[in-house]
Amino acid sequence: MSERNNSAWSPSSRELERRALRRKLSRKQAIIAAVSSVFVLGSLAVVLITSPGWEVVKATFFDIEYGKEVFPTVVKGLWINLQLTFFGGIAIGIIAMGLALLRTTKSPALTPFRFLATAYVDIFRGAPLILIILLVGFGVPALRLQGISSNVIVLGTIAVVLTYSAYVAEVIRSGILSIHPSQRAAARSLGLTSGQTMRFVVLPQALRRVVPPLLNDFVSLLKDTGLVSILGVTDAVRAAQINASRTFNYTPYVVAAILFLLITIPMTRYTDRAIRQRTQAQNSEGAI
Amino acid sequence: MANVLELQSVRKAFGTEVVLNNLSLQVPEHTATVLIGASGSGKSTLLRCINLLETIDDGQILLDGQEITDPSIQVDDVRRKLGMVFQSFNLFPHKTVLENITLAPIKVQNKSADEAREIATKLLSRFDLADKSDQYPDRLSGGQQQRVAIIRSLAINPRLLLLDEITSALDPVLVNEVLSIVRDLKQDGMTMVLATHEMGFATQVADEVCFLESGNILERGSAEQVLKNPTNLKTQEFLKRVHQAGRL
Repeated sequence: MSERNNSAWSPSSRELERRALRRKLSRKQAIIAAVSSVFVLGSLAVVLITSPGWEVVKATFFDIEYGKEVFPTVVKGLWINLQLTFFGGIAIGIIAMGLALLRTTKSPALTPFRFLATAYVDIFRGAPLILIILLVGFGVPALRLQGISSNVIVLGTIAVVLTYSAYVAEVIRSGILSIHPSQRAAARSLGLTSGQTMRFVVLPQALRRVVPPLLNDFVSLLKDTGLVSILGVTDAVRAAQINASRTFNYTPYVVAAILFLLITIPMTRYTDRAIRQRTQAQNSEGAI
Repeated sequence: MANVLELQSVRKAFGTEVVLNNLSLQVPEHTATVLIGASGSGKSTLLRCINLLETIDDGQILLDGQEITDPSIQVDDVRRKLGMVFQSFNLFPHKTVLENITLAPIKVQNKSADEAREIATKLLSRFDLADKSDQYPDRLSGGQQQRVAIIRSLAINPRLLLLDEITSALDPVLVNEVLSIVRDLKQDGMTMVLATHEMGFATQVADEVCFLESGNILERGSAEQVLKNPTNLKTQEFLKRVHQAGRL
């Protein structure tokens, strides 16, 4: 587009009127928003504080002193959750990608693997995560196989990875299927092989499209790593539980919840922003 | 002149619907063959069959005398020799104009990134798009996108260019900037098969015009013959309708 000369233009009186009106309207909307926020949040606070059990709840759930005391143990437990999420996340990404590619390929040589991938997804997506954790955590050591770890953290991670790979594979697969066949036709007609077409044309677009649901899965992965506590791993949830049952003060649960939120909320905001910037750069309606 | 492309009694059906029926065609080197006909007459299918995006049900297609419809042939090697431009551009939205053009030269022809960029830049400047090389396709007008798509298919230096109603998705003002590229290519001696509704343009570039109707070529000959003095009743009827739509 050519640059247009803008210096000779000054807004007309009608435009100035419009701007003044727009300012007035947005001021009015800001006032309405403020009043309604104060009213709604204030009412909630009043209901909470004036409720008959508030003093007891405050003492058992929001005991700041006790919260400070248990904070280091809960943080130490959270470190386990983060490690589990990190290493598990990498493994999930790799396995899920493999499953998704297998399920979308048409290569005849891979037919048995395609069948196995489908069965895998059906089983692990359908079974409750907690059962898989119990089966892997207690079942695998019972086999007494040489060289198989009996470390509960490792076994718990494996169980989480098994289940989440099935979820994530389906998300990636749906992204791959959402790319219009004309993109494939264009790539193939340039002489790209089907593998190159997948790698350079289909996957980059598909993955960008599934970032929001993947992020959703990532947040729930972080939370679900807490389930490995049933194997006796002292993660943040377990650490909070131990401290809570020792004193019958439930503040450690609140501390753990706040710590999880401190990680997940900024992560969500950051990803949303990254996606938005990417979309604006390409101005592509298909990007999200 | 040797035939670059030859179709012998090609048949293609989708289910019970016969789209190409015993269709034969020769395209000599440096000539442009224009396919005209109503929507659904088989023009696009014909082009997609040549590019092996569709498998034919009978007959043969030969490229430089070699049968490309042989099942044992390397499909990717055949496509490397053919350029295809689509009605809906089909640029890759996640790649810049330059990346769209250099993808195939780098990945298919194993050219270095520098060499591929040089080819792309040369083509972009030739067709007045040098300043767009770092833009993403969605930022371009339809006419610019289609010109980029043509350049993308030219970058692999094809033996034959297939153009499938490349101006049908454009508004009339933008049509000419795209067609002028095709006129230039024709001057360069590029061998082409194109489906179009632009009869004026067909007259300018066509060495042979083929009128397709339900999978058959009902009339063929020079543009003068087919477009000005059609003998077949159906051709006359079709051209009359095009004329009424203001496209002649």
